[in-house]
Amino acid sequence: MNQPDTQNAEQLLEAARALRWQSGGNIHEVLVESIYTEAARLADRAVQRKGEGRFDLDRTIDRLVTSRRWGIPIMMLLFALVFWITITGANIPSKWIASILLGRVYPALHVAAAAIHLPAWLSGLLIDGMYLATAWVVSVMLPPMAIFFPLFTLLEDFGYLPRVAFNLDAVFKRAGAHGKQSLSMMMGFGCNAAGVIATRIIDSPRERLIAILTNNFALCNGRWPTQILLATIFVGALAPAYLSGIISALAVVGIAMLGVLLTFATSWGLSRTVLRGEVSTFSLELPPYRPPRILQTIYTSLIDRTVYVLWRALVFALPAGAVIWLSANLTIEGLSVAEHVINFLNPIGLLLGLNGVILVSYIVAIPANEIVIPTVLMLTALTAGMSGVGGGAGVMFDAGSGSATLAILHAGGWTLLTAVNLMLFSLIHNPCSTTLYTIYKETGSLRWTALAGLLPLGMGFLVVFFVAQIWRLLAGVI
Amino acid sequence: MSESPIQFQAGCETCPVHNAANLLKLGVDMSDWDYVVALAGNPNTGKSTVFNALTGLRQHTGNWPGKTVTRAEGGFEYGEHKFKLVDLPGTYSLLSTSMDEEVARDFLLFGQPDVSIVVVDATRLERNLNLALQVMEITERVVICLNLMDEADRHGMQVDDRRLARDLGVPVVPTSARYGRGMEQLVATVADVANGVLRPKPQRVHSLAPELETIVNKLKAQVQRQYPDLPNARWVALRLLDGDERISEAIQAGELGDLSHGLLDENRVMGQPVPEAAR
Repeated sequence: MNQPDTQNAEQLLEAARALRWQSGGNIHEVLVESIYTEAARLADRAVQRKGEGRFDLDRTIDRLVTSRRWGIPIMMLLFALVFWITITGANIPSKWIASILLGRVYPALHVAAAAIHLPAWLSGLLIDGMYLATAWVVSVMLPPMAIFFPLFTLLEDFGYLPRVAFNLDAVFKRAGAHGKQSLSMMMGFGCNAAGVIATRIIDSPRERLIAILTNNFALCNGRWPTQILLATIFVGALAPAYLSGIISALAVVGIAMLGVLLTFATSWGLSRTVLRGEVSTFSLELPPYRPPRILQTIYTSLIDRTVYVLWRALVFALPAGAVIWLSANLTIEGLSVAEHVINFLNPIGLLLGLNGVILVSYIVAIPANEIVIPTVLMLTALTAGMSGVGGGAGVMFDAGSGSATLAILHAGGWTLLTAVNLMLFSLIHNPCSTTLYTIYKETGSLRWTALAGLLPLGMGFLVVFFVAQIWRLLAGVI
Repeated sequence: MSESPIQFQAGCETCPVHNAANLLKLGVDMSDWDYVVALAGNPNTGKSTVFNALTGLRQHTGNWPGKTVTRAEGGFEYGEHKFKLVDLPGTYSLLSTSMDEEVARDFLLFGQPDVSIVVVDATRLERNLNLALQVMEITERVVICLNLMDEADRHGMQVDDRRLARDLGVPVVPTSARYGRGMEQLVATVADVANGVLRPKPQRVHSLAPELETIVNKLKAQVQRQYPDLPNARWVALRLLDGDERISEAIQAGELGDLSHGLLDENRVMGQPVPEAAR
């Protein structure tokens, strides 16, 4: 810094203020106009068009996918198709991986541990705790992700996502939010932390905060597998076999759409209470459709998304597996620590149409939503007293195929209501710790970060509570 | 410096063909670079694709605007020099105060890149040139990467890159980054500008009303007196007349003075966090 310059700097700024006054204050418009005129002149000189009146494929597609009548149905149909392919396609590799990791490697590890006389508590912690948790995450999550992410990325590369944003833009404006929020929401469908960073494209602080606070309602990568699994084994199972794939896909689309509706509703609510203000306008560019480069897309989506999410899940699954095993095997007055906590939370859980296990799992899974389902299964088996399955307390066992998972959950007293409420709660609860940290970094405010965590959590509790009460009321009547 | 297993004769090192064949993609290894290159452009022009093609990184690219909101950095080596490439957020202009535009503009101004590549969509030239013209006001050392030439072809457009280069006064390289076409030419041009072999002379927009022009010139003279070495005094004057808070702050804090004396601490700019969001 140059200290003596300070005085001169003030003089310069003073002169600027005076001259600005003279200039009449509309220099911004004048400047923008002169740049635009120049750009138009230069472009006109450089570009020549040949062959006017050709059939414009882009425009024809756009007229269809952004039409008032067909835009939203086409969007739902496309997403349903993506989920249907994911759900029907993931089953076989899922079973295959489970049969290797859980059916072969797991017993082999125990044999090896016995051979080197590993103490029981250590082999329990390492094999029954940490190994099984990771094996579970891989067999449940890898196949659907390896199918879903490339499909989603192909849609993105083709240029479809901005059309979705275009379709939703008007609704966002009516909700008192910025139209660009449709783009940050789209990013949120991949990862909420990325979605929160993406809100930087929104200029107005008010509208940006709305976008940050509601991004969590975009179902993220970590939560898709939970939704897909529950929809497959509970909702899909209601329908005849040939329809179950479609019904499960529709259930997942339904949850995702509910997330979009909640985004609108919450934005509307926020823009009328704590974040009141004017809606700013902007122009949304529809990029040209580009033929997706399939091989490259599959490669990058596998590297960027699948491996990334899987890695994150594994990093959190390892310690979580250890914690779960310990909490299931350390006993106080004859009951394990896990059972103490679950018993304590169970009444609240049941009132909400969930159960104690699910609430504990959500506490364990604050760092990463990815491990909710493995934790739920393990704790359920423990409390349902299914000893013998998998070989002891705190063991995540072979539940790779849907029917085995279903058997465990039924043993834990699960009903369709539990599954539906878990799907709802998975959509509507606090963001993961990474997202919360990102929100803190972006807003620089503990207050907004707390609101971002507590608002969806409170809404989630309310929603599952009312669903449970109404469900039971109707079930009682019928 | 790259060590090739075969010793080439002296002539080879200066031959573009040899250099193009020896483009080393350094990924994120950016220890002691010789030149800093900024990558600017409108959203969805293939900026990230160009970035990946040059650095060998696989930053995710997506077909939608506003994907890159933060700065990504990577490196490549060409000829005898190491280049650090900074991918700026895609913006339509540098005149508003949204955060992505501020990140881009602050880097162009305070980061003082040795060369700035502006990636331009050949199929939407008019709108894209708005940004290019604004970048050219801030820095002279601009190379236009006229990207998406394949799409322009598909839409039956002919874009005359040579006329554009003459009109703008800066080098224009036609490319199709998705297919890797034109990338060698782009790197060679960037290296030439960095080494001072090519000296761009941007045609700047000076078509204001006479009264306004007098005012701008008055202030420009004052800015020049204060900061004799500043390369873009006119632009600073225009920003001040427009009431740009960030520039006023930079003058008060002495940042602009440091810039003019070439004293600005590199780390301060590079390590600068993204501007804090409004509460």
